[in-house]
Amino acid sequence: MDRKRRELLRAGGGLGALGLLATAGVVTPAQAQAAAARAGFEARDLDAALAALGAERAEASADVSLTAPDIAEVASAVSIGVVSRVPGTDRIAILVGKNPFPLAAVFAFPEGTQPEVTTRVKMAQSADVVAVVRANGRFLVVSKAVSVTIGGCG
Amino acid sequence: MASPMRIRADVRDGVTDVRMQIPHPMESGQRKDDKGTPIPAHFITALEVRHGERLVFRADFGPSVSANPFLRFRFKGGAAGERLLAHWEDNRGERRSDEVMISAAPA
Repeated sequence: MDRKRRELLRAGGGLGALGLLATAGVVTPAQAQAAAARAGFEARDLDAALAALGAERAEASADVSLTAPDIAEVASAVSIGVVSRVPGTDRIAILVGKNPFPLAAVFAFPEGTQPEVTTRVKMAQSADVVAVVRANGRFLVVSKAVSVTIGGCG
Repeated sequence: MASPMRIRADVRDGVTDVRMQIPHPMESGQRKDDKGTPIPAHFITALEVRHGERLVFRADFGPSVSANPFLRFRFKGGAAGERLLAHWEDNRGERRSDEVMISAAPA
């Protein structure tokens, strides 16, 4: 099933096609929604993950703040904070550039929830940590290089 | 049976500040044990937090999130004594729900 879903995603180029399939009754809306929520998590490199999120042309933005250490003392738990000041922000994604699966998390902010989040990620090696914000269908990006001394992936 | 989530929710000036830690191994599937046998992936894929019927937060995770995931977020609304319900599911189909009562933030 998982493989089939992936093939559907690849063949269709994303959510639009799945939506159509859902309309046609080939996949249920719940399946389409579940597949959409996993978009990007299978990607093996940063560019593929960004593309799966629809964010390959994300613009750099000064209205998004990314807090991450310059040097991660404990690579298995690197604290990452993202704050968006962009009106209409409804998603924030956090990616770790050189991890085997770079997309760490996608957060959804329903109306009334402040578009900011703090969490912790693993880092396999020194890499850029990337935050992607979706606001009114636009994608904005900010990144920061984080050095690790001992890899913490696992 | 997964351990309970540790959740703290404090309301101040109409904004509820939520901090939570979820006991979970978040195995990436990349590691091997002492004998060189790969340790299968085991990680939370989705988390939802509701205030009453209202969804206030959702997170989808991959295996790059640290073990025992920590989260902090804020939402407008919430009052002392009201309840938040958090629910997660992982890639093996395990799931857990926990509830917490919102407290007034210390002055």
